Parts: sequence; structure tokens; C-alpha cells
Amino acid sequence: MSAREILTAFLTIIQREVRRFTRIWPQTLLPPAVTMTLYFVIFGNLIGRRIGPMDGYDYMQFIVPGLIMMSVITSSYANVVSSFFSMKFQRSIEEILVSPTPNWVILIGYVAGGMCRGLLVGIIVTLLSLAFTSFHMHSPLLVVSTALLTSFVFSLGGFINAMLATKFDDISIVPNFVLTPLTYLGGVFYSISLLSPFWQGVSMANPILYMVNAFRHGILGASDVAPQYALAMLVLFSVVLFGIAYHLLNRGKGIRQ
Amino acid sequence: MADDALSIQGLRKTYDGGFEALKGVDLRVAAGDFFALLGPNGAGKSTTLGILASLVRKTAGKVEVFGVDMDRDAARAKTFLGFVPQEFNFNQFEKVGDIVRTQAGYYGIPPRQAARNAEFYLRELGLWDKRESSARMLSGGMKRRLMIARALVHEPRLLVLDEPTAGVDIELRRSMWKFMERINEQGVTIILTTHYLEEAEALCRNIAIIDGGRILQHSSKRALLRQLSIENFVLDLKENPEALPSLEGYRCSWDEEGSLLLEVEKGRGLNSAFRQLDEQGLEVVSLRNRSNRLEELFLRLVEENARDQREATP
Repeated sequence: MSAREILTAFLTIIQREVRRFTRIWPQTLLPPAVTMTLYFVIFGNLIGRRIGPMDGYDYMQFIVPGLIMMSVITSSYANVVSSFFSMKFQRSIEEILVSPTPNWVILIGYVAGGMCRGLLVGIIVTLLSLAFTSFHMHSPLLVVSTALLTSFVFSLGGFINAMLATKFDDISIVPNFVLTPLTYLGGVFYSISLLSPFWQGVSMANPILYMVNAFRHGILGASDVAPQYALAMLVLFSVVLFGIAYHLLNRGKGIRQ
Repeated sequence: MADDALSIQGLRKTYDGGFEALKGVDLRVAAGDFFALLGPNGAGKSTTLGILASLVRKTAGKVEVFGVDMDRDAARAKTFLGFVPQEFNFNQFEKVGDIVRTQAGYYGIPPRQAARNAEFYLRELGLWDKRESSARMLSGGMKRRLMIARALVHEPRLLVLDEPTAGVDIELRRSMWKFMERINEQGVTIILTTHYLEEAEALCRNIAIIDGGRILQHSSKRALLRQLSIENFVLDLKENPEALPSLEGYRCSWDEEGSLLLEVEKGRGLNSAFRQLDEQGLEVVSLRNRSNRLEELFLRLVEENARDQREATP
């Protein structure tokens, strides 16, 4: 395929993915908006007033970056894992496998589709948060790069999960038992400076902590982890997960006999 | 050879469980041909087509599409090929028009051209009015036609169809035959598998019969049919006698509907049979050729192959 044909195939995959998640917007875009609004009202407003400032910021201001990241993470992951596994399950993945589209284009196409949903949900949640608090971005470049890399990493995670899954149960195990606990323990609702040194050390092994803190640093200008270190971790995760996802797709397990 | 639409040499496939589906298949299909690959269930037809479509990985062998080796330049070989699978494999919740346009995009066809091609083939296959409908709302026959439109949208030179008319009513099957004949006349090489042997006899110029992962016969339909030494005729008598008539030079039996079944050796006429029936006071009210000649040949070859395999097993 020529470069132009490859670009057309890539844009076709993205267009198809965006069409899919916007068609079923009550399942894909509305739930995170409702959930995050509840978080803002209950944790930020009602309970947050009694908690007081965190790391020198109003509690609502403190949790907003984490909640935006949380919605980006879950939406990016969910989009790729559900879309790719459904295609595998009903064999419509064969439509693209019979075509000359190279595997790396299939991979980045689906990942870009997941990023579109993750970032769109992130924008929706950000706009909703403005109804509860106000902030100005400390570093827009850091905010954008963290959001892009995080959605890239979790879209790749969703792709790997979909490749390995053999039944629908398999696509809910990781979000329920890995992603959700790591997100809640990743410093969304608290600063790890509140923890004992031992638990601070344990928290440093949680990759989501770096993403939340880099994003928070981009918005507030303060965080538990140095942003350069967090970005380096994100790049490392991106490279490793891309390698694993590409290997699985080339091996074709579950999609080619 | 470049004149071949498809060239397969020594194709083998052993699945993970150890089942050997193909045991060295050699096949050549000339450009412009209308070719049938026939065989009973589990013979290796779908595995062969799956390898062509890159959905099944071969264990050994070489596949060339219009002279392009699939191992060396799979992407180019794929652009020549359109594939219609046996099972519905599109997203049931997508719109008909979107399914076809998206498929064109996977081949790198720009959106405007993709829309033009999609409209052309959806109109050709009588689905244009359904372009905004969700695919799950289509009837079985429409879903089959949707898969054909999808396979043609990038205008392939070789169309491979795995049982395209399975479960389709007779009227629709006939219209699909006409459509396939028309695109074949326009230069598209067609390879199909089918369980309706009259379909292969009516449409195809060349035929291969596969069983047990091996090609048993591969020649022109005419040459295959020449191998048949007996033709069957069904005679409806005005009144059936109590005993089966005895006709010298012919073998007689009653068929399942109570008509007289006459086996006639090739080259022998029917005049003597009619004379003998007349002498026995039996009046023939109608005569017709029985069943499909290809079916008889197919069954004979498959039975012979099964017998050979039984004998070869110690």
C-alpha cells in the first residue's frame, strides 16, 4: 500500500471507532459525565468542605485533575477492549484482516480510536468541573502531553486485553480488579504525603500515581512526583505495551487460525 | 504463471489440535475462469479459501494470486482478491452503507471513490434502499448480498465465494447466479464452493473435487461429465404394473415417488426401451432426466476416495 492508502485505511479505522462510540453515546459518553458530576458534588463539595485544603489547595481543586485522568483512563481502555473484542467475537475483524491494511496500522488505528473517546470524555469532565471550581493551567503542554500519553497507554492496555480475552468475562476482569483499585489508590483523592513512608513507597509502584500527579502538576503546578519522571515512565509504558500489543497482533491468536 | 488468477502448490494445513486439513493441494485457476471447488463437509474447501483470504495460516506450500506470491507481497496479492465467507461476519449493528464504504477504506480507497463504488454495488445487488438500515434488519438473502457487495467494493480481479447461496431461496439464488455470470463476463475470475451441485454445473467451466485434504479431480466440467457412463431417466407410466417391467439392455427400478427409473448406458438410445414397454402394454405419459449429472460423479468420486482410504488403513 502507498503512504496515502495507508493513511486512508488509518483514518477509516478511526472514523469507524468514533462513529461507534458516538452512536452509543448513552453507554460511552454519558455515564462518565454523570459519575464525575456525582464525585464533584459529593466528594468535592459536600465532604470536601469538611476535609479542608490538600497540599495547600482547595479539596475540590485538588481532586479535579485526578478525576479527569480517571475518566480518560477508563474510557480509553474500555473503548478499545470492548470494540476490538466485539469484532473478534462476531468475526467482523475479518473485514480488516482480508484487506491489505498492515498490522501496525490496525493497532494504531484502534489505539487512536480509544484515545479519541478517552480525550473527549476528559474534555467533557473538564467542562463539567468548571461548574464546581475554577482553575488556570500551570503548564498546558504538560497537561496535553500527559493526557495524550495516558490515553495512548491505556488504549494499548485495552487492545492487549481484547487480544488475550476469549470470553466477555475476560474483558471486565482487568477494569474491575486492576484498573479501579489502582486508580483509587493512585492519589486521585489524597496526597501520598498523608501516608506513612512504607505506604508511600508502595504507592510509588502504582503507574497511575505518575499519570495523575503529572496531570495535577500541569494544572495546579504542584504534585507528589516530579513531572519529568512521570513523563519518562509514561513513555516507557508506551513503548513496552506497544511492543506486546504488536507481537500479539502479528501472532494472530484468536483472530487467525 | 501470470495468466493464472490463482496458483496453489503443495498447500498443507495442520491445525493446532493436530488435524491435518490439507495434505498437499495443487490447484490452478486461469484468469477469467468460473471455477468450482467441490467437496463434502470437512473436505478442506473452507480451509483452502481461508488461506487465500489470509484468515488461516498455511503450514506449508505456496499461493500466488495473479503471479504475486502471498508470502512475499501479501498486501498486493490481497488487493486482487475479494472474499465472501460462509458465515455472516459483519457488525450487525452497523448501517449497510457504512459496512461497504468502510471496507473500501481498508483497501486505501479515498472516501469519495469509496462512496461511488459502494453505491454502484449496493444498487447492483438491490440493497441501495437499505443503505441506512442496520445490517441486523436484513433478511438472510440480503445479508448474503451485502457480503458480496462488500467483497466487490474494491473491485477485485478474483472473487472467492464460500457457499454464497446457502440458505437462499430459489428465485434469489437464480438472480445471484445471473449477477455472478455478469461480473465473470466483465473479466472477474470467480472461485466458488457450493453444496448445490446444479449451481456448479450451471455456472462453472472448470471444477476441482476435494476430499480428505486432497484434490481428487481437477479438470473442465465437460471432461468431468464425459466420465459418466450412465444417465438416469424417470418415466411416468399411465398405470404401474404389479411387477417391475423387465427391459432388455436397461436396468429398471421404482424411484421413491413410484415412477419407473431407467438406467441407460452412454450411447444407447431410448427407442428399444419404449418399444419393449409398448409390447408389455405399458404407456409412458412423461419422461424426464433424473437429478444432476455432476452430483452422481461427485458422489462416485467421494465414495471411491473413502474406499481407497479404508483399504489403505492397516
